[in-house]
Amino acid sequence: MVTYPIKGISPDMSFLEMMDVLNEELLLKGEDPVAFDHDCREGICGMCSLFINGRPHGPERGTTTCQLHMRHFKDGDTITIEPWRAAAFPVHKDLVVDRSAFDRIQQAGGYVSVNTGGVPDANTIPISKSIADKAFDAATCIGCGACVAACKNASAILFVSAKVSQLSMLPQGKTERKTRVENMVAQMDIEGFGSCTNTGACAVECPVGISLENIDMLRSEFIFAKATSENL
Amino acid sequence: MILDSRIPEGPLAEKWDKHKFDVKLVNPANKRKYDIIVVGTGLAGASAAASFGELGYNVKAFCFQDSPRRAHSIAAQGGINAAKNYQNDGDSIYRLFYDTIKGGDYRAREANVFRLAQVSVNIIDQCVAQGVPFARDYGGLLANRSFGGAQVSRTFYARGQTGQQLLLGAYSALNRQIAYGKVKMYPRTEMLDLVLVDGKARGIVVRNLITGKIESHSAHAVVLATGGYGNVFFLSTNAMGSNATAAWRAYKKGALFANPCYTQIHPTCIPVSGTYQSKLTLMSESLRNDGRVWVPKTVETAERLRRGEITVKDIAEQDRDYYLERKYPAFGNLVPRDVASRNAKLVCDEGRGVGASGLAVFLDFADAIKREGQPAIAAKYGNLFEMYAKITDENPYERPMRIYPAVHYTMGGLWVDYNLMTNVPGLYAAGEANFSDHGANRLGASALMQGLADGYFVLPYTIGDYLAKMPYDKVPADHPAFKEAEQNVIDINNRLLSVNGQRTVDDFHKQLGHIMWEYCGMARNAEGLQFAKQEIRKLRDEFWRDVKVVGVNEELNITLEKANRVADFLELGELMVDDALHREESCGGHFREEHQTPENEALRDDENFAYVAAWEFTGVGNDAVLHKEDLKFENVKLTQRSYK
Repeated sequence: MVTYPIKGISPDMSFLEMMDVLNEELLLKGEDPVAFDHDCREGICGMCSLFINGRPHGPERGTTTCQLHMRHFKDGDTITIEPWRAAAFPVHKDLVVDRSAFDRIQQAGGYVSVNTGGVPDANTIPISKSIADKAFDAATCIGCGACVAACKNASAILFVSAKVSQLSMLPQGKTERKTRVENMVAQMDIEGFGSCTNTGACAVECPVGISLENIDMLRSEFIFAKATSENL
Repeated sequence: MILDSRIPEGPLAEKWDKHKFDVKLVNPANKRKYDIIVVGTGLAGASAAASFGELGYNVKAFCFQDSPRRAHSIAAQGGINAAKNYQNDGDSIYRLFYDTIKGGDYRAREANVFRLAQVSVNIIDQCVAQGVPFARDYGGLLANRSFGGAQVSRTFYARGQTGQQLLLGAYSALNRQIAYGKVKMYPRTEMLDLVLVDGKARGIVVRNLITGKIESHSAHAVVLATGGYGNVFFLSTNAMGSNATAAWRAYKKGALFANPCYTQIHPTCIPVSGTYQSKLTLMSESLRNDGRVWVPKTVETAERLRRGEITVKDIAEQDRDYYLERKYPAFGNLVPRDVASRNAKLVCDEGRGVGASGLAVFLDFADAIKREGQPAIAAKYGNLFEMYAKITDENPYERPMRIYPAVHYTMGGLWVDYNLMTNVPGLYAAGEANFSDHGANRLGASALMQGLADGYFVLPYTIGDYLAKMPYDKVPADHPAFKEAEQNVIDINNRLLSVNGQRTVDDFHKQLGHIMWEYCGMARNAEGLQFAKQEIRKLRDEFWRDVKVVGVNEELNITLEKANRVADFLELGELMVDDALHREESCGGHFREEHQTPENEALRDDENFAYVAAWEFTGVGNDAVLHKEDLKFENVKLTQRSYK
């Protein structure tokens, strides 16, 4: 743990801009800057992380670290910053962690098996607006890992459930719904994520508001799939 | 050098179908004998890599982010065009083609743009089949909206997160191929050189961003889908990591760079608030469907507003100038991006800008909220309003947004022929990384369309034509050409690490960005451009004398990564200025002050500049050599664009 004093922080700065200011100061002193992940800085790419004062993405609800502004802190505060803490997210350096486990879970079944070309006209698959909207809500997961970081068991179930319920709800995803949920859950276990004990911390901390309903859906999909498995 | 665009013969509407029949095919059993490298995993890269894998090729895909899902396509908000004519409002492939050619101010190839319009309809089908949750009407069919510069509703969207949903669709297709073993994915890996063997692109040299290891990868063809170079301006709507290095190093290996000065300045971004600012945030231009753009009628009112003596509510309706509605009654607030941006600059230059800096105009939703109610507006733009409130601490439901133009997209890029192959055999460029389809100005909702068109529906055909003529032999990754390229990369890194100067990489980057924005931005003139060229050269010299890069190569070194990218921006910036200087006309958003109509609109010179300017590298510090590809317009008549 290192403590860095920092001055001249404007309330309109984003948290990561504050980190930029810190790193510029460190560089000028010839010291190593603090490595952290970030990219789009508009809350959509999911690359930024940071466990700030004991909360993933900091104190504001529904906000990624890059969209968190310094006006939410007080002058003189000491801010504690940690990387995501989970056995399945090993630390690369400083605040940078390895989230490739998430990619491997998606590779286990987070898709509809269609090749490019040879698909029907888009409007031959009508989908009721309410279902389309619900699927969209689940599909907005940015894959940042805050749910895992928030969970005392480091469970990835909210992340997995978002993709499972998006595709299970849509007619395009129905054909593979059983194998998908079985394979994604199995991969989640292989990666070393913990089990869900229904604390709901994941949904509280999710920056894009992925709902616990998705976990309910995953469970019912999973039980149904196990009872009538097509993984033959 | 003669630039052969390889546009197929025949009537416009039949060229692509004819070409698809004429291209050579690779037998399904032989596809597994070919390796393809794809650099970048945004819409173009992910869709190309997935489609190649489905066809049976062996694919290696690379991205610098920690996951292919992070590519900056994910941040596109507004939508994707397709000539489906689901709304029965007069749309057609020809109309989408026509709008795109005209919107690009007649500086794009007819044949490419027509093909883009043709395959646009397939893209929507493909995405829906993958489970992309587009917006729908109550009947369950797909919804559309109209978008900047179009008089039909042809834009498909997923709330304000269309890019995210399309990219996650392409990412899912990519994941499926990774699971099958047809695509090998290399995240956190950055391409630092292109390798040529016997004049053909045969591989790349990369740096593992975690360990610093320099590695070579060999293949039969290389596709660069590495996005645009908007970050040359430091402040832009691009992601922090977006960079030009892969394309630039290919340029230095002989690939031509086309129309580098064509950059798009997006009219609706959140204004700059301070010097610490690291990026600019876009507000989707779909907001202009319901928001009205205005500034105070007089400089005096604007000054009082800026000083805080009055508030927005104190400005009566008759004292507001809805300047887009006034000047362009037919299109109003929906004029194309270049027109909206230039007019915002114009009113701010007159002293009528708002906000503390005076570099902003209002985007006002009061009328729309009165007309449709707040819930309806929230349903359409909720996430954008929230984002605005988070950044500015102001509630856009109660007071108008403040917006200002910002660099958003680059239409220039590597020169490619109709097959999307650069002048280097075996090197392809797709998506924003190439120059091909948007001319001098990109219309809204066209970038997503082009990225996916290139990746899903163009490259899978055209790359086979090249591979079919290639022997199966692989070049070993320890071939002298690879060793030489690796050494070149190591030398550059060592040079950066050994300067040990006094100024940080960001400091240089900010200064470069300032030069580019002031002299090579929305309005340019010869004097300013000549000045900028000298300033960039001086800055580049200083960079190599005085930059401070700490640490070593063999580690996760964020400063070294950035230094490589900024070193390339310092060279690219000069080429952009050269290109802007030579183009003695105003086209698209590139307003050469010397060339304007009596009404201060952009004045094109079709007689002398209806060509693609493709530049050839001749050494750092030497002027690049210009090659021209004349643009032939056989189907559309070149007219002065008018949105009145």
